[in-house]
Amino acid sequence: MSSDSTPAATPRQWRKAPFIANPWLRWGLLIGFVIYAAWAITTLPFDWARISQGMERAARIFGGAFPPNFDRGGLLLKGFLESLQIAILATLLGLALSVPIAFMAARNIAALPVYLLGRILIIVARSFHPVIVAILFVKAVGFGPVAGILTLTIYSIGFVAKMLAERIEEIDWGQVEALRSTGTGSFTVLQFGVLPQIMPRQIGLSIYQLDSNLRASAVVGIVGAGGIGSTLMNAFGRYDYDFALAITLVIIAVILVSEAISGRIRKNLW
Amino acid sequence: MLRISRLVKRYGNGEPVLKDLDLEVPGESVVSIIGASGAGKSTLLRCINRLVEPTSGSIVLNDMELTTLKRDGLRKARRRIGMIFQGFNLVDRLTVMENVQCGRLGYIPYWRAALRRYPAEDIERAFQLMERVGIAHYANKRADELSGGERQRVGVVRALMQDPDILLADEPTASLDPVTSRQIMELLQRLASELHLPVLINIHNVSEAKEFTQRIVGMRFGRIIFDGKPGDLDQDAMDSVYSGTSEDQEAPAAASSTDKVAT
Repeated sequence: MSSDSTPAATPRQWRKAPFIANPWLRWGLLIGFVIYAAWAITTLPFDWARISQGMERAARIFGGAFPPNFDRGGLLLKGFLESLQIAILATLLGLALSVPIAFMAARNIAALPVYLLGRILIIVARSFHPVIVAILFVKAVGFGPVAGILTLTIYSIGFVAKMLAERIEEIDWGQVEALRSTGTGSFTVLQFGVLPQIMPRQIGLSIYQLDSNLRASAVVGIVGAGGIGSTLMNAFGRYDYDFALAITLVIIAVILVSEAISGRIRKNLW
Repeated sequence: MLRISRLVKRYGNGEPVLKDLDLEVPGESVVSIIGASGAGKSTLLRCINRLVEPTSGSIVLNDMELTTLKRDGLRKARRRIGMIFQGFNLVDRLTVMENVQCGRLGYIPYWRAALRRYPAEDIERAFQLMERVGIAHYANKRADELSGGERQRVGVVRALMQDPDILLADEPTASLDPVTSRQIMELLQRLASELHLPVLINIHNVSEAKEFTQRIVGMRFGRIIFDGKPGDLDQDAMDSVYSGTSEDQEAPAAASSTDKVAT
């Protein structure tokens, strides 16, 4: 008779297993984090005098900004229309490049070298924030909307190609097999077997990206890549805080409207 | 005429799924292939149109060796091999007519497919076949709006549009209810005799196999262990196809011997 078949005298104990099993590692990490946090807080130069001065300056800026000044509405409209152009052109260009890159980066339809190339293109497009890309393009092609278009094209590829490639990897393979079994050529198989399956996602991503590019175009404009962001930066540079507030309000309004529209369209699509 | 000889298919380094399989299908015969799941029925059909690459052996269809074909040759050979799938495998978001035209995509030039300019004679042929199986009024419906039986009819018409020399049906009725299932089997049987087509049907339903086909092939562990007329498939033959094999009997024997040691 073995002892484990007899009922235990005391009630059995149970505790949730710790997240990190090794106690040395668990306590080591915790102590290390506390030491680092203490070091980081004590060495960073928190200058309370400067922070309070900054608050005063911020109050002065806000004071100067009220009421918002819409006198130069023409300039505002011009900047905004340029942002819209940048967003639309960048979206079109980005989508045109995203679709083939997405097909390249889908493991189930691309050969290994093509797949790796596609993945590398996506990783490169995603690795930098649009502002950093915009700075590079402003240096390369000069101030203005062209830099903005190129920046947002890359931004679009990074997002759309990645999401689309993931959708392609999830397709129902049976439909592709059925077309292959009829002796259809490989490009036609992509058109008839894969494209119809990814179309809803493709349309949804396109609308989302247009919306997203419109927002981003205001940001990249700040570093000189054209559009409403450039108008905003110029207004700040000339201490026209009231005009800057007017611009900011218009940006918020436009983004709210575009988000509502794109949300509506995407909801009806899925 | 289809002649398969010494066909072997092995996935990775495992036990082969098909072991030196020989099968001959003369023109115009409807053959059903029965066997438990994992017996290799599906792999056998898929080796014929090379959706699965055979490891070794030979498959000859009307004097053409299929196993050695490369890209364009394979594509051209596949045009003449129609396949019907268990899950229908229609392109859900295309219309019934476009799904049917998919059977012709191997024949028309790339630009015609890209612009969806289907040749007039293909459209006419499609309407004829769709009328024949009773789905012509669905031409403009999307494939995913149809019921299972209707979708399988689309699958059948798509295969027939290929103007095939042989039809391969991989469990064509397994996703259908019993009544629809019989209708599809009847349809396949009649079309085969009308169009003088040999048809290979993988099927789980043995009574349907007996009723609708003239020849039954039983598979077990990658080998053909029964080949004869439906009348010859008696209880012994059924047992050997579905349960009693030497490999199966060894396991319980071994288990009972260990039982004896334990007690």
